[in-house]
Amino acid sequence: MRKNYELEKRKFIIGGGMLLVCIIYIIRLFTLQILSSDYKTFADSNAFLKKTIYPSRGLIYDRNGELLVYNQPAYDLMMVMREVKEFDTLDLCNTLNITREQFDKRIRDIKDRRLNPGYSSYTPQTFMNQLSGKDYGLLMEKMYLFPGFYIQNRTIRQYKYLTAPHILGNIREVSKKEMEIDPFYQRGDYTGDLGVEKTYEQFLRGEKGVEILLRDAHGRVKGKYENGDFDESPTPGMNLTLSIDIELQQYAEALMANKVGGLVAIQPATGEILALVSSPTFNPAELVGRERGKNYLALTKDPFKPLYDRAISASYPPGSTFKLTQALITQEEDIITQNTKFSCSHGYVVGGFRLGCHAHASPLPLVPAIATSCNAYFCASFRAMMDSKKYGSIQESFDKWKDYLVSMGYGYKTGIDLPSEGRGFIPNSNFYNKVFKTDRWKSLNIVSIAIGQGEILATPLQIANLAATIANRGYFHTPHVVKGIQNNELDEEFTRERHTMVEKKYYDIVVEGMAMAVTGGTCRRAAIPDIVVCGKTGTSQNPHGKDHSAFMGFAPKDNPEIAIAVYVEQGGFGATYGVPIGSLVMEKYLKGEISPSRKYMEDAMLNANLLPQYNIRK
Amino acid sequence: MRSREVNILKSIDWWIVIIYTILVFAGWVSIYAASYNFDDSSIFDMANRSGKQLMWIGLAFLLGGIIMLVETRIFESYAPLFYFLMIGVLAVTIVIAPDIKGSRSWLVLGPVSIQPAEFGKFVTALMLGWLFNSYNFNFTKPRNFIKAAAIVLLPIVLIILQRETGSALVYFAFIFVFYREGMSGLVMIAGLCAILFFVIGVKFGNEMIGSTELGAALVLQLIMLVTIGMNFFFTKSVKSGWIQLGIMLLLDIVFYIINSYIMVVNFVFVGMTLCGIAVIYCYVNFLRTRSFKYLTIIIFTVASILFSFSVDYAFDNILEPHQQTRIEVSLGMKDDLKGAGYNVNQAKIAIGSGGLFGKGFLNGTQTKLKYVPEQDTDFIFCTIGEEEGFIGTTLVIVMFFVLIARLIFLAERQRSVFVRVYGYSVASIFFFHLLVNVGMVIGLLPVIGIPLPFFSYGGSGLWSFSILLFIFLRLDASRMETYS
Repeated sequence: MRKNYELEKRKFIIGGGMLLVCIIYIIRLFTLQILSSDYKTFADSNAFLKKTIYPSRGLIYDRNGELLVYNQPAYDLMMVMREVKEFDTLDLCNTLNITREQFDKRIRDIKDRRLNPGYSSYTPQTFMNQLSGKDYGLLMEKMYLFPGFYIQNRTIRQYKYLTAPHILGNIREVSKKEMEIDPFYQRGDYTGDLGVEKTYEQFLRGEKGVEILLRDAHGRVKGKYENGDFDESPTPGMNLTLSIDIELQQYAEALMANKVGGLVAIQPATGEILALVSSPTFNPAELVGRERGKNYLALTKDPFKPLYDRAISASYPPGSTFKLTQALITQEEDIITQNTKFSCSHGYVVGGFRLGCHAHASPLPLVPAIATSCNAYFCASFRAMMDSKKYGSIQESFDKWKDYLVSMGYGYKTGIDLPSEGRGFIPNSNFYNKVFKTDRWKSLNIVSIAIGQGEILATPLQIANLAATIANRGYFHTPHVVKGIQNNELDEEFTRERHTMVEKKYYDIVVEGMAMAVTGGTCRRAAIPDIVVCGKTGTSQNPHGKDHSAFMGFAPKDNPEIAIAVYVEQGGFGATYGVPIGSLVMEKYLKGEISPSRKYMEDAMLNANLLPQYNIRK
Repeated sequence: MRSREVNILKSIDWWIVIIYTILVFAGWVSIYAASYNFDDSSIFDMANRSGKQLMWIGLAFLLGGIIMLVETRIFESYAPLFYFLMIGVLAVTIVIAPDIKGSRSWLVLGPVSIQPAEFGKFVTALMLGWLFNSYNFNFTKPRNFIKAAAIVLLPIVLIILQRETGSALVYFAFIFVFYREGMSGLVMIAGLCAILFFVIGVKFGNEMIGSTELGAALVLQLIMLVTIGMNFFFTKSVKSGWIQLGIMLLLDIVFYIINSYIMVVNFVFVGMTLCGIAVIYCYVNFLRTRSFKYLTIIIFTVASILFSFSVDYAFDNILEPHQQTRIEVSLGMKDDLKGAGYNVNQAKIAIGSGGLFGKGFLNGTQTKLKYVPEQDTDFIFCTIGEEEGFIGTTLVIVMFFVLIARLIFLAERQRSVFVRVYGYSVASIFFFHLLVNVGMVIGLLPVIGIPLPFFSYGGSGLWSFSILLFIFLRLDASRMETYS
């Protein structure tokens, strides 16, 4: 046992120090609670109520300055339990159009702390939100009959055009998780859901303000604190200008009506999206107001999945539109030149393998091969690259091939400023090693990907992006739907040029092929009077039903103003739906109207209804 | 070695048990009052916090009973094992805990969430006891001091990484234990000086008188005074103490006159000169006497000057803006009634309006109206102040002091160093919580979110304080066993 009496004395210093602190605290409490009477008066008259003042959410305009989304006042009926006195319950129920049972249940729910953890009988509780204008009017006349009830103003979104829900998005109440992540949000606040409302939430929501009110000991509001000197006014959210042309958007939606698929139109020089359609679509106003929950549920149960943004999320086999990438890659890799010819005997035949093709002259050099969409040409050139000795192994040549596609925007998200973009699918050599369970697979095993079939998948956005890249002869801008944010620069990501690994001169040759496809090849129906159109059809095989119909193109050939991709599920040949819809949208954008000679085509597309043929489980 | 005493009930210190019981039930009633709404809810309603707290209290007593049955030697023998397990859990928590308002300190196990940092305290205390009781341990050796400091610093670092600065701060309570066990009193004085210089440096940091920056000048004069004080009491060189004091007064008066009548003087330079003279003087004394105490004074003076000049930098660059505001508010430099000052101001109003006898149980308005934030956790002292008045708050503080004093008394009567160190740790931790929590609520200290033991709502907190206390009771009950 060790005892050090010198150290033991320290217990007095430690204990004494602690006693000193306790005495200081008691003295402080004495001055606070007994000597100073200020705090008593404060408590009686100077209790703060911090009231949030909500900023107005930023407005949304289209590229021509047309207002698309704005705010409209809505009215929440609030109640402070302590201040409610005897009133005619039946009268209130009748005014609000609810039954006595609903009224009682609502009161019970408000008081139930399990459902409403922040409940206090002194603070305003929401009794009913977003009253209709009519109910509000009726209620205001009788408000004096219902002490303890108040109206709180809020704003909800209104849509001037009932269109483009996937781009515009909507707003909803924040979730518990969002409140935890971002302290900006309080219970009952709104946040953006889907579309630009979600991606640009930070800009649209603005800054909240605060009003400091005084209350007495009974919780009654007695006026402003210090005449409002400490109040902060809210900062409104910033307005967005979309790159969408609302007229074109509506026209494209009309053409895509009653078909399942996606359409994307891009301004090649800037990467701005002019129209973006996912069909079937829905009315954005359905997701506003008190019916939101019910309507949202109905949309999630709809077998056609209208909430799913097919234009940017759905992965489809790109079909023959993909041949253009092959023409670019094999030229850049010196596998072919524009004069290289491959023969086609109504298909690509190697030993017992046969991949069919339609009737056309043979053998063909590159430009007419593009125009006629010759399967044999692209199969042969793809295999020539895969089997070329210069790469060492098929794995290395395949990965080189994949790198080209990635540089063109395939296989990864393009980075568009909309939520839930899909990335499509471009395999690498490892993928095939696993699929074939060996690394000794042959180019013939995978040859169908050269013509856009097989494992590869792309979103309509990626296909449209290819059209824009070819229109620019070798580069693209990350596609985006927001053209400008009030007082803010657009992110550099959307303004820089993203060059592919292929040189401009090879793009020029592909453009010739696409122009020839319209003048004398597979997409003659794309021709627009007085404008040189470049296009490429796609007909992709669908193991589950009829072929998908696809088209991509741009116009005019020189200084292109619009690039487009159209994808119609189970639409048959590319020329059946893809080509006419795509060329009509381009014509509408370039000329403002459809020429009389093509009116019949417009009518056919507007009226075509493919919905009955889809094999969808209801 | 004797076997364990048969009747443990007789050897338990019932004073502590009684104070504990009063405190937890007073806490329970306060939680009910803090969350009461004039509605229908009962104090036993499990949907309310008071009902849940009652459950935690019941379980805490059960836990106490279990601890009483544990063989005492286990606490000492397994202390290192507990400690490193706890360090592991704290480290894992950083990675797997969900982000709750910026802090990663809660482990979610199904329906319950626990905060491992709360339970680290008693484990660290046990570990320190183990270290100090180890064979041939001499705390004055630097090697041992480093070991002890490392035991305390390791959990602090991990808890700071969990972004729970308040909980980490509590571990500094162990400095009292170090002091009791032989750490030089100079460290305590240096710590107090650091706080004092920091407060003065920040509070008067931006005030200029003539061309003198008031904060720096005041701190330098204080450093000089402390240096002189050390000459008197530490080295007992009374003569040089008087000489330095004389020089200081003389120079100050001379420059004051110059400043008033001849030219503007920057007193920061005067202070620097004074400290320089003191340092040279002490060095001469060192050369003369070869006493290393003079070197200590020199180190202290120079370190203090460096510290005082780095205060501004540290305040502006190391502390986060909300921490700066909290400190400025508690130093009375800022009111900021909307932001950081809002809580403290509302807390003061609530307490101040209580008067001598308070407004009566469940009659507080300030806390009811939810003006006071965290009113049933960190700010629960407000409810007591408002409803039970000065009598209530004083009683609570006195009860805590009695508990702490009793703990120190019991710790001192131990024959085992292990139990004594543990007992001091318990007393220090309770004191630190009282110091910081009440100090924050009455506006004397900046807002730091740590709970008031036994009063603040929360299962993790109540359990950790109960375990802390009960283990000591258990150890104390066996003090007559062979521990020599």
